[in-house]
Amino acid sequence: MIVTRDLTKRYGRLTAVDGVHLDVREGDRYGLLGPNGSGKTTLVRMLLGLVFATRGEIEVLGRPVPRRVGEVLPDIGALVEGPGAYPHLSGRANLRLFDAAGPGGSRRDRRRRVDEALERVGLAGVDRRPVRAYSLGMRQRLGLASALLRRPRLLVLDEPTNGLDPRGIREVRDLLTELNAQGTTVLLSSHLLAEIDAFCTRVGVMDRGRLVLQDELAALREPTGRVVVATPEPERVVALLDGRVEGRDGTTLTIRHADPAALNADLVAAGIRVTELGPERRSLEQVVLDLTTTSADRVEAA
Amino acid sequence: MIAVELAKLFRRPRTYVITGLLCALPLIVAIFLATTRVPPPPGQGGAFLSAVLSNGALYPAAAMALVMPVFLPVSVAVLAGDAVAGEATTGTLRYLLIRPVGRTRLLAAKLIALVVFVLFAIVAVLLTSYVTGLALFGSQPSAGVALPADVTSLSGVTITPAGLALRMLGTVAYIVISMLSVAAIALFLSTVTDSALGAAMGALAVLVTSQVLVTLDAAAAVRPYLPTRYWLAWIDFFRDPVLWRDIERGAGIQLVYLVVLLGMAWANFLTRDVVN
Repeated sequence: MIVTRDLTKRYGRLTAVDGVHLDVREGDRYGLLGPNGSGKTTLVRMLLGLVFATRGEIEVLGRPVPRRVGEVLPDIGALVEGPGAYPHLSGRANLRLFDAAGPGGSRRDRRRRVDEALERVGLAGVDRRPVRAYSLGMRQRLGLASALLRRPRLLVLDEPTNGLDPRGIREVRDLLTELNAQGTTVLLSSHLLAEIDAFCTRVGVMDRGRLVLQDELAALREPTGRVVVATPEPERVVALLDGRVEGRDGTTLTIRHADPAALNADLVAAGIRVTELGPERRSLEQVVLDLTTTSADRVEAA
Repeated sequence: MIAVELAKLFRRPRTYVITGLLCALPLIVAIFLATTRVPPPPGQGGAFLSAVLSNGALYPAAAMALVMPVFLPVSVAVLAGDAVAGEATTGTLRYLLIRPVGRTRLLAAKLIALVVFVLFAIVAVLLTSYVTGLALFGSQPSAGVALPADVTSLSGVTITPAGLALRMLGTVAYIVISMLSVAAIALFLSTVTDSALGAAMGALAVLVTSQVLVTLDAAAAVRPYLPTRYWLAWIDFFRDPVLWRDIERGAGIQLVYLVVLLGMAWANFLTRDVVN
């Protein structure tokens, strides 16, 4: 779906995106992670032909970008750095204008398309109020509706849940899951780990313009070779497995052991009661924090 | 896309506010003239103003002379400066471009919307001032229109109402071309900066500089090439016979400015990173 080779963007002396080899496959739920200022948005803008690369190649839906971007954009729905709307017009009027501005679709279907898109994002009952009076969450939903207007094959969403409350975030995730199940490829860029963790199957992590990691989410979270055990009798466990207990936090112990099932059998055989037991997995947060350095919005004293 | 731009133009209240203000200026002047009946001395004040006291049918021409030097170019510069920069500010520019709307098409649609606005504003001013002129000054029915002595080289020449309409048409065309070059300056700056106000300011700075240099004898060498040098040349439409020399030169210079600046706007917009 999306392939970039050695993609680089420089603004003067600042290198915003540095030699990125991105690979998003058909049907992916791809999560692009990274601290603020790591180059996610610039990368997304280059994919859509808004920003021109300094070096490197981009291929989206099999076509070179930005040379033939006009051919692929009709199949892409996107939300880039917050929604954009004409503040003096209603949400519906905004969608109609955007629908009319580009190619494809007949004038007769316009009302239906707009109503469907509004319905999908939970704005079906929206009235004639101008967008100026919308809350942040409503604007975000309107931006999503605009992205969905043409039933795209590829959704490129930059921080789509900005300004939404927990219920709204959940609704958006369910909507994206549904669309993905119907065959839409989703590229989700966010700095919110939980969001990526809950939705994506593949992740790319950016840090200071570089794509420092690109892998299946499941592979990143494989077991660490340790087992976490919660028990009301931690002393007895320490006595039984002397030397293999690597950490202790109250009644929760971290034990170096290859096989959780065997460990469980050992503990039960020794008559130790266990409330919880499972393999320790690296959290996505740990993976990302290990890979990334500092936030670009953090300014240290010299 | 053109339809979309026109919809945006005519669904914004500011379009009507600006047009209303443009129409209000000649109205205010007319009320003062009609109540006091004090004509400006020949050679001073707006063109045609002393003539309209005897013939209200000429008031549209006087109204044009009132709004043309400052008011109309200011409103055109404000709207054209907002054309691209304003879309960037609301965040709609990127969504139009990924819709997708080609950058060339977008710029062309913006320009056409500006032409429509200028025509709309001029026609509104002409209509309201015609009504104002007839209501406040009356007309000389059917006898034809006497060209004003302070404008024509031959005083007392009369032209038919049809002739007057034709000359007004020429005037409108000339003013549209002049305003288009203003629009082109502001449109170019609008593709350079993301600040609509900055773009409008820049265009106005160019016009004010040009106006100052036109009156400066030391700048006589560059005078024929200044954008505002021939702005009032349309007054020559009301001479008998029509004096074409300045009109032709003026239109030529405006076209050169128009082509060069639109080319610059196009080249800049086509290669620009849209980061807003």
